[in-house]
Amino acid sequence: MANEKLETGEGIIICRNVHKWFGEFHVLRGVNVTIKRGEVVVVCGPSGGGKSTFIRTINRLEEHQRGDIIVDGIELTSDLRNIHAVQREIGMVFQSFNLFPHLKVIDNVTLAPIWVRKWPKEKAVKVAMELLERVGIPEQADKYPGQLSGGQQQRVAIARALAMQPKIMLFDEPTSALDPEMIKEVLDVMVELARSGMTMIVVTHEMGFAKEVAHRIIFFADGNIVEQSVTEEFFKNPREDRTRLFLSQILTH
Amino acid sequence: MAVQSEVLKPPRTEVGLLGWLKKNLFSTWHNALLTIFSMAFIYVVLRGVITWVVRDARWEVVTTNFKVFMIGRYPGKEAWRVLVSLGIVVFLAMLTWVFRRAEGKPRRWLVIGWLLSLPLITILLRGFSRESPFMPLVSEDMWSGVLLTLVLSIVGIGASFPLGVVLALGRRSKLPVVKVLCTVYIETVRGVPLISVLFMSQLMLPLFLPPEIRLGTVMRALTGMTLFSAAYTAENIRGGLAAIPIGQYEAARAVGLNEVLVMGLIVMPQALRAVIPAIVGQFISLFKDTTLVVIVGLLDVLGIAKAVTGQKEFIGLHKEVYAFAAVIFFIFCYTMSYASRRLEQVLGVGER
Repeated sequence: MANEKLETGEGIIICRNVHKWFGEFHVLRGVNVTIKRGEVVVVCGPSGGGKSTFIRTINRLEEHQRGDIIVDGIELTSDLRNIHAVQREIGMVFQSFNLFPHLKVIDNVTLAPIWVRKWPKEKAVKVAMELLERVGIPEQADKYPGQLSGGQQQRVAIARALAMQPKIMLFDEPTSALDPEMIKEVLDVMVELARSGMTMIVVTHEMGFAKEVAHRIIFFADGNIVEQSVTEEFFKNPREDRTRLFLSQILTH
Repeated sequence: MAVQSEVLKPPRTEVGLLGWLKKNLFSTWHNALLTIFSMAFIYVVLRGVITWVVRDARWEVVTTNFKVFMIGRYPGKEAWRVLVSLGIVVFLAMLTWVFRRAEGKPRRWLVIGWLLSLPLITILLRGFSRESPFMPLVSEDMWSGVLLTLVLSIVGIGASFPLGVVLALGRRSKLPVVKVLCTVYIETVRGVPLISVLFMSQLMLPLFLPPEIRLGTVMRALTGMTLFSAAYTAENIRGGLAAIPIGQYEAARAVGLNEVLVMGLIVMPQALRAVIPAIVGQFISLFKDTTLVVIVGLLDVLGIAKAVTGQKEFIGLHKEVYAFAAVIFFIFCYTMSYASRRLEQVLGVGER
């Protein structure tokens, strides 16, 4: 039963009636969404709306209490094998980078491929250096994360996530902790990644990024999806009042 | 308008020794006064000590009894075995120093070397049966002096550390039985003095074991010390674990590591690095706590020291004997402290 792959058609992530409570607080209230392979989805919304919690349930950093989540045909249950299988296929980039401070940059990136995918060290280093080049910082390979700027650290975090060759990349407010001048360098990497066909779910306030590469925008508030549409439609013709209010608040500058 | 400035050397009184003296000891008039007063005080106090050390002390008590201090009641004929054991340790230490930056093969051999040295040295020191002509049995209850202190501390430290790790992880476990057992163990042991733990292990350990296994005094004392120190080490490690940001766990899991790898590769290395000062402090305490075994009839360095002052020729020379014992303790404890600082430096504690 555990590793049976379910037939899911085009959807690589399927969420059906997902509920979650933090104690008494009902944070996710019956979320239904299907993400297609290769789709770039931006999730936006007010703070406390549940968007971070939502994407964290997809790679089991948070546990949902009701409903189904199916990732690449694997159902997310409390079975550890399923959980680990899902976590191997999803890469995540955090707001606070969460690099491993006791390891050099190159070791941060090669750690998981060596220990989880059991690659030989040479292969892992080769792939890691290619990724560091792709994100623009190959020369930092032998430094420790503490010696890098925020933008560089986040790019290392992206490389670290990509080293496992995931099918899906989750981004939880990747630029919110960065100084303005470093936001662009990280967004550029994310744009290139989107254009290369990666399935991405990005929680962010960077609407410029959304307009450039997102296929779909989801507006998340009060624990559920309020509105979702194709990018152009979302900005031009927001249907809900809530959405209009939110857009007016964040698009003033 | 460009200003041409001349590059001058700093004034003589600002740099070097004079500069240091001026800045730290004589910066203001009250600082200078304090310096003069302290120097006078130190002279008055130390004058007596130094005259005693250099002129009046009868150091023969130490020099003639040096062997006794080092190996106590270990038979003199077999003392070569102790020297060989020491030689093995020194040799391995030198190799470790030479290959300290090596990876792969040499490291593996070093680890194997150290692991093999344990049974080897045990056999060397203990020997074979009582009747065998080569290396007759010297039961560990005969080991005394610095030899006993070192054996107790090294085995105590070596055994209490992994036990402490297990207890720390157990206390944080989600399984209620494991968590309760570890917590009860830690809190009970921390609530009693080491002396009572030593007493109890002498008297009560035989009750827990099947009658065929008869543990000598040293083994019972070792068990007591290990169980005691493990509880404190566990708390130190638990403190380190608590200091790891939850984002580290999340990133490790997000990149696909299972629970064991998350602990072993990401969380534990950071936690242990953070609490090196506390853990080494615990080891230093353990080293000094070995002096308590006098209570169960074992002769460690201090026990030997007391015995030596009972000798006819050297009656009453307490000062010399205990000063020597103090120096021995200082050498070992300071070395541990220094090694700790170096380890912290190498691992970049406080920097990354």
